[in-house]
Amino acid sequence: MDDSRLPASFMTPGTSSFADFLAGHSPDLLPLRRAVPQGHAGDVAPHGTTIVAATFPGGVVMAGDRRATMGNIIAQRTFEKVFPADEYSCVGIAGSAGLSVELVRLFQTELEHYEKIEGTTLSIDGKANRLAGLIRGNLAMAMQGLAVVPLFAGYDLVSGQGRIFSYDVTGGRYEEKAFHSVGSGSLFARGSLKKLYRDDLSESDCVTALVQALYDAADDDSATGGPDLTRRIFPVVQVVTAQGGRRLADDEVAEIADSVIAGRMNRPDGPAAALT
Amino acid sequence: MSMPFYVSPEQLMKDRADFARKGIARGRSVVAVQYADGVLFASENPSQALHKVSELYDRIAFAAVGRYNEFENLRIAGVRLADMRGYAYDRRDVTGRGLANAYAQTLGTIFSSGGEKPYEVEIFVAEVGDSAAEDQIYRLTYQGQVTDEHQYAVMGGADEVVAAYLHEHYTENADLSTALHVAVAALGRGPEDNGGAPSERVIPAGDLEVAVLDRTRTQPRKFLRLMPTRLEAMLGDRGPTTAAPAESAKSAPEPEIDPSDIPADSDPPTPG
Repeated sequence: MDDSRLPASFMTPGTSSFADFLAGHSPDLLPLRRAVPQGHAGDVAPHGTTIVAATFPGGVVMAGDRRATMGNIIAQRTFEKVFPADEYSCVGIAGSAGLSVELVRLFQTELEHYEKIEGTTLSIDGKANRLAGLIRGNLAMAMQGLAVVPLFAGYDLVSGQGRIFSYDVTGGRYEEKAFHSVGSGSLFARGSLKKLYRDDLSESDCVTALVQALYDAADDDSATGGPDLTRRIFPVVQVVTAQGGRRLADDEVAEIADSVIAGRMNRPDGPAAALT
Repeated sequence: MSMPFYVSPEQLMKDRADFARKGIARGRSVVAVQYADGVLFASENPSQALHKVSELYDRIAFAAVGRYNEFENLRIAGVRLADMRGYAYDRRDVTGRGLANAYAQTLGTIFSSGGEKPYEVEIFVAEVGDSAAEDQIYRLTYQGQVTDEHQYAVMGGADEVVAAYLHEHYTENADLSTALHVAVAALGRGPEDNGGAPSERVIPAGDLEVAVLDRTRTQPRKFLRLMPTRLEAMLGDRGPTTAAPAESAKSAPEPEIDPSDIPADSDPPTPG
């Protein structure tokens, strides 16, 4: 008689978390709870690579290159790895491409679900902790080459500033100051940002610094895609300020990328920082 | 030894329906009005925290009257169902019809099951499309009946008086401000006093809960609450306002039914 009504799990009060609800009702929909056969799965699934983020007075910017690789093969030239998480935050994920896209969808749904059920949004620390909770279950898959390593950034409406959080494969959550990068080209990108970053950058200068950093990452890391001039493929850039988040239009990024490339025509290693 | 009375199935269902109807009529009305850019919901609800109208998904909203704990339960179930469908398939695959059907099955099963008391709720599930012709308002009753409403719909409280006002004053393809004025004026209508004309009242903007599904919003999520400051600006000067009478204020929105108010003869017969 009760076959046709919504199952009891739908009507049970208590959790405002979509992931917790799924874990009880249909755990097979969760991306990170799957049993993977022994062996190294990393070589057969595409990987997304470098994500960079930096704060500026009034907000935060996140950018990611467009390449996904599978061993020595370029699996995707137009892959997107930076996404809005909700109105005031964005998330970029390096690592196993398929899992990271699924994880982003779960995280987006998780934030929206909380907002609808509770009638209010999570604090930025709450969002950062939820993301840590979601990737905590991924350690076993990370050991088999399917790691997902997110970078989370958002505008804190309480303290009125942009904030950046990084993660490790065990779900450890660390708040970063000023700038950070993750993925295979992250070492080169971070080195670049160290020399370029200043804490009084304007929004567009901050975007330029990140595009420079991605260029440097692509320069030295084969898995990071540089600006593709013939196909006009440029990084995905998300800006989050007190007015909310927006993705920069392709032609805005193209303009900045073109000026970066024009500069590199004269000095291929990029702008020179002062020695002292 | 007391003899168990025989209760005919017709009488049993009628008693259950009467019980649910009484609970629903105790609350204040909620109106849904179609306007040029979407659907507007309005209700008199002094609480800013306990909502009668809320978002289910991108283009779908939920409104309810009756017992708060029961419709809140249904709302959460709807959010879970919508989010799960949108996550498992795609955002476009979550439809108002699907949600209305799930609610209808659930309410219908609860109504006809012997072990549970029927839910004392009535629900609107509304969805906006790309044009006004594609907008949909589904009305779900306590026994799981679904009806497709057009132009405007009213449930709960003095629904007949409010609907009569809307019938007279509703215009198709009105702008938001016109639709809001009509909806709020309709909510101010009370039941007739001793067979006279319906009473009229100007509801303070702070006591109104108004939300729209606005297809012109650029975000994928079309649901928007209109806050009291914006309502005041839109409604303009409407003359002196009168808050809701105190006696019914205590019943809204949470405990809409006091068990001691139910005449003993309307209690649902216990099974067996």
